[in-house]
Amino acid sequence: MANSNDAVVAEGLQKHFGETQALRGIDLNVPKGTILGMLGPNGAGKTTAVRILSTLLKSDGGHAEVAGFDVARHPDEVRRRIGLSGQYAALDEMLTGKENLEMIGRLYHLPKVHVRRRAADLLERFNLVDAGNRTVKTYSGGMRRRLDLAGALVAEPPVLFLDEPTTGLDPRSRNGMWELIRELVANGTTLLLTTQMLDEADSLADQITVIDEGRVIARGTSEQLKEQVGGAHLNVVLTSEYDATSAAQILGRIGSGNVQIEDDRRKLSVPVGSVPGLMSFVIRELDSVNIQVDDIALTRPTLDDVFLTLTGHTADEMGTARPAEQAKVEREIGVGAA
Amino acid sequence: MSAITTTNPVASPGIWQRLYWTLADSWTIAVRNLRHIPRNPELLLDVTIQPVIFVLLFRYVFGGAIKVPGTSYVNYLMAGIFVQTVVFSSLSTGIGLSNDLKLGLVDRFRSLPMSRVAVLAGRTMTDLLRGLLAVTVMTVVGLAVGFRPHGSVSGWIAGLGLILLFGFALSWAGVVAGVLMRSPEAVQAGMFVLIFPLTFASSAFVPTSTMPSWLRLFAAHQPFTLVVNAVRSFILGQPVGAAGWQALVWGLGLLVFFVPLSVYLYDRKAV
Repeated sequence: MANSNDAVVAEGLQKHFGETQALRGIDLNVPKGTILGMLGPNGAGKTTAVRILSTLLKSDGGHAEVAGFDVARHPDEVRRRIGLSGQYAALDEMLTGKENLEMIGRLYHLPKVHVRRRAADLLERFNLVDAGNRTVKTYSGGMRRRLDLAGALVAEPPVLFLDEPTTGLDPRSRNGMWELIRELVANGTTLLLTTQMLDEADSLADQITVIDEGRVIARGTSEQLKEQVGGAHLNVVLTSEYDATSAAQILGRIGSGNVQIEDDRRKLSVPVGSVPGLMSFVIRELDSVNIQVDDIALTRPTLDDVFLTLTGHTADEMGTARPAEQAKVEREIGVGAA
Repeated sequence: MSAITTTNPVASPGIWQRLYWTLADSWTIAVRNLRHIPRNPELLLDVTIQPVIFVLLFRYVFGGAIKVPGTSYVNYLMAGIFVQTVVFSSLSTGIGLSNDLKLGLVDRFRSLPMSRVAVLAGRTMTDLLRGLLAVTVMTVVGLAVGFRPHGSVSGWIAGLGLILLFGFALSWAGVVAGVLMRSPEAVQAGMFVLIFPLTFASSAFVPTSTMPSWLRLFAAHQPFTLVVNAVRSFILGQPVGAAGWQALVWGLGLLVFFVPLSVYLYDRKAV
């Protein structure tokens, strides 16, 4: 349904490459100023969907609108209003960081003076001032991703597509990227983000659309998706296996389901509802009968669990089934080696 | 689910505005290509060192054994070298574009509100400038080894115009090869086997009258020969005859053929 509050709308998007049906009817919408996380394993169709929405590919069926314009009928109007940062840094290796940004700005048809100032601002903001006059060839993987994202922001587009923005980055660079992304949306940008990392969608997205084999298999907030899998579990590790029975009795009174005792009789687990002061209560109860505890933790279901419940396989298992073409591109540019 | 109706007005730019941005975007891309050159100077080898070697090779090694009617061999040779250089330079257009298409950078270009043709036209514009550089370098080297052209200024302008037109047209052929072939290596090999015989089975280095009749039939009428003959007559101040307009027609014809073809192929590759 069209809604003027949506910056991105797709209805029944389909795409096939030869015999392969990459998209089998994708519906999604991203309200203005929010982040939609498109989550799915390699080969699920995320990149294809982003390429259609950013006018790089034509769909075989369905309809999509970005920033109020039909992507098939008015691609140029869409292009004026979007920024795209793909999985593979789309930069000119032989140009400096500054030259890359200025070239992109000129190709957005922005005035020269404005472009120069904007490039300087972005280099500063993305911590690339020192590297700004060096060729991109000399950049690390994290620096390339930052510059690539800066390139997508040159024209201050209201809608941003980020295709796996942190794939291949080390944890520190990834955290830096997350910070930048959060700042962007705080300024009102609408963002569609694809990821195969469940914690990334969990941490950044307002709404999550889970895609598998070219279909949307679930959508909602991270919390809503987790509820589909069930609530939290309390996990306790006892110091001594001889306390298992009495500990199980106490946990049984506190929990909302059956207590599981593992074979070593030291690890116990029980489903629990959300009760205020639960943890302190558990520790006091166990302590009152002199049961010693090595570890105690409340685990909420991860999106991994969600994925397993929804698809019957984990996200990682699908990694081997990615299309040959994508694997080829990864080899050529050495993703992950950076 | 109901169809979405677009409510936003679409400003449709006029033809002059579109033309302006096509040229401006092409120039932006050409500037990008030109910036590569000082950082990777071997990109200029094919329009500098390589033709200088050819000039010296033909002037001093083969030239002594080749008799040409009406002028010295070095005077005869230079038109051939000029045209050969800009034609071979279309290889680098193809290779450069093929390299571009391999990179994610082209995806970026496609997502920008820029002219689609600019990625291609920027390449061929770069090539045009390289061609100009090549002719300048060759002329200087030629003069140093005894090249004494007696053409008028207008003759030189006409000759230079033909060289650049033909080179520009063939750089669009390079674009077609760059879009069609899978790798820069394939472009290099594929174009070489086409261009090499064309340049040598022509009047570039020897008069076609010395060739066996079956070869002469082809060599005397193929476009490369017509262009070389016209350029040679223009810069040496000899009567040009029919070769002048024939060369012009070939240059424009190839342009009319290859520009739309390369744009069509490039657009099709996008989907």
